[in-house]
Amino acid sequence: MKKRNRRQKMCIGLRFFVLFLLTVCVAGFICTDAARVTDFSRKNMAPCLLYPFGTDWMGRDMLARTLKGLSMSILLGVLSATVSACIALILGVASATLGRAADRGIGFVIDLMMGIPHILLLILVSVALGKGWKGVAWGIALTHWPSLARLIRAEVVQLKESPYIQIAEKLGKSKWYIVRKHMLPHLAPQFFVGLVLLFPHAILHESSVTFLGFGLDAGQPAIGIILSEAMQHLVTGKWWLALFPGMMLVLVVTLFYEAGETLRKLTDPASVHE
Amino acid sequence: MVRQWSIRIAGYALRLLILLFAVSVLTFALMKASPVDPLQANVGQTALGSMSQEQIEKLREYWGVDMPPVRQYLSWAGDFLRGDMGTSLYFRQPVENVIADRLRHSLLLMGIAWVCSGILGFFLGAAAGMFRETWVDRGIRGYCLLMSSTPAFWLALLLLMVFGVWLKVLPIGLSVPAGMEAANVTFWDRMRHAVLPALTLSLTGISNIALHTREKMIEVMEQDFILFARARGENRRQIFRHHGFRNVLLPGITLHFASVSEIFGGSVLVEQVFSYPGLGQAAVSAGLGSDMPLLMAITVVSALFVFGGDALADLLCGIADPRIRRGGFRE
Repeated sequence: MKKRNRRQKMCIGLRFFVLFLLTVCVAGFICTDAARVTDFSRKNMAPCLLYPFGTDWMGRDMLARTLKGLSMSILLGVLSATVSACIALILGVASATLGRAADRGIGFVIDLMMGIPHILLLILVSVALGKGWKGVAWGIALTHWPSLARLIRAEVVQLKESPYIQIAEKLGKSKWYIVRKHMLPHLAPQFFVGLVLLFPHAILHESSVTFLGFGLDAGQPAIGIILSEAMQHLVTGKWWLALFPGMMLVLVVTLFYEAGETLRKLTDPASVHE
Repeated sequence: MVRQWSIRIAGYALRLLILLFAVSVLTFALMKASPVDPLQANVGQTALGSMSQEQIEKLREYWGVDMPPVRQYLSWAGDFLRGDMGTSLYFRQPVENVIADRLRHSLLLMGIAWVCSGILGFFLGAAAGMFRETWVDRGIRGYCLLMSSTPAFWLALLLLMVFGVWLKVLPIGLSVPAGMEAANVTFWDRMRHAVLPALTLSLTGISNIALHTREKMIEVMEQDFILFARARGENRRQIFRHHGFRNVLLPGITLHFASVSEIFGGSVLVEQVFSYPGLGQAAVSAGLGSDMPLLMAITVVSALFVFGGDALADLLCGIADPRIRRGGFRE
């Protein structure tokens, strides 16, 4: 077998992550109907060959439900994390380029957002928007940007000192031109890495908030709801209801982390040759 | 010197006040934006339906539903400052009583978890940094990565399953034995009920501080003075005691004080799983039951804790770090 260097191995690993996550998503959509089928002739079955994740008290196939729930969580997490990252990019750049007052104002908002415990903030937004899908999605989108915005701001502040930006300023280029032509291309890798590293947070928070009961109504196979339903059946010894869906969730989140870290290493010039 | 310190503390206090004011405005605005009708939430749909239009008008006036939002906010904030936080709809009690009672339980839980995760996390991180790229480091790092992608509530479920249901050694919920009179509950009972939630919080809290300490430790270990210490013949333990420990302690403390917000967030989830009657569980009940006064009060109180933690971290750093203690501010 051909010997590969670490960079090539990382690229292969990255492809594997993406493929796996896509598979989960696609499988979730195929399972949409299977996840709803109730069949009381097969209720409360422990994991077996036919139903690897077992079945619940209504005879629903837990594997199908888990896949469906995960795909929904991934989709929602990716969508709202993307919105959040865009907010972070805009505010981060604005904070560094629009002068002192803007910097102070945005810094204050960041402090404010970080001062309220995250879960509590999600609950507040969810209540404000009326519970349900919309509240969770907006909650995640509106609360995940502060740390990335700080990172981007620091990067832009540094960037502003670099000769090519200062020359562009001296040449009389407008701020918008400099941001568009010089800063954004430079920020792109950081932005995408930050975006991918937001996914695991977004998914974890999505599942937490739905677990607490602020997401969809019960019965929908979101991963948080599956787990909160499983909680009620734990005492009677139905361990598989909570174990496997949770494990799949942890696996997906870990893979997102790994993908983000790999991406970071691949784009960071300091560690790309390691 | 004294003057300098009093100015610093006054500065923190001012900042705290401004931030708390902003938090209360934000919370109030979010609650105002909520589609829940305050009248309906207060008296209930059926009661409201059976009332005459006049009665409803009177109620609206009594609660000031039609006042402009700014006036409403001012009246709420004024009462809040005087210690009257309103009445909780969910618990049918004054909010300040609910919070005082809940906070006692939560503080026990969060206190244990905060101390345990801090000490354990710090030493694990330090060990990982000292033995970089060995199996010790890999193990600790792997654990931390796994923990940071594990939702706290699922870990709580797992522990509940193993210790509560399967081994039956620890209680599965609540903060005191069910059906026991309050007077008969011993300290031991309370601790037994706090073990599992506190354990969950500690296990998840470790990863952040351990990873951070590890990074710092690696940084320190690459310094020239470590090389020199090695050349002098100091062994690992001496290097750790004389150089490593002192240098990573400060960033560790700062980070851990700043992580109050995360422990609070975790406690919301964990208390929900263990039906532990703490502040977090009250927040969830308030959110689900549209209990606005309670939810707003909990937000302000928790923000107070978070900001307090941040300010303490800064102050402690100032006291512990000789460079800052002797002159000027930290950059």
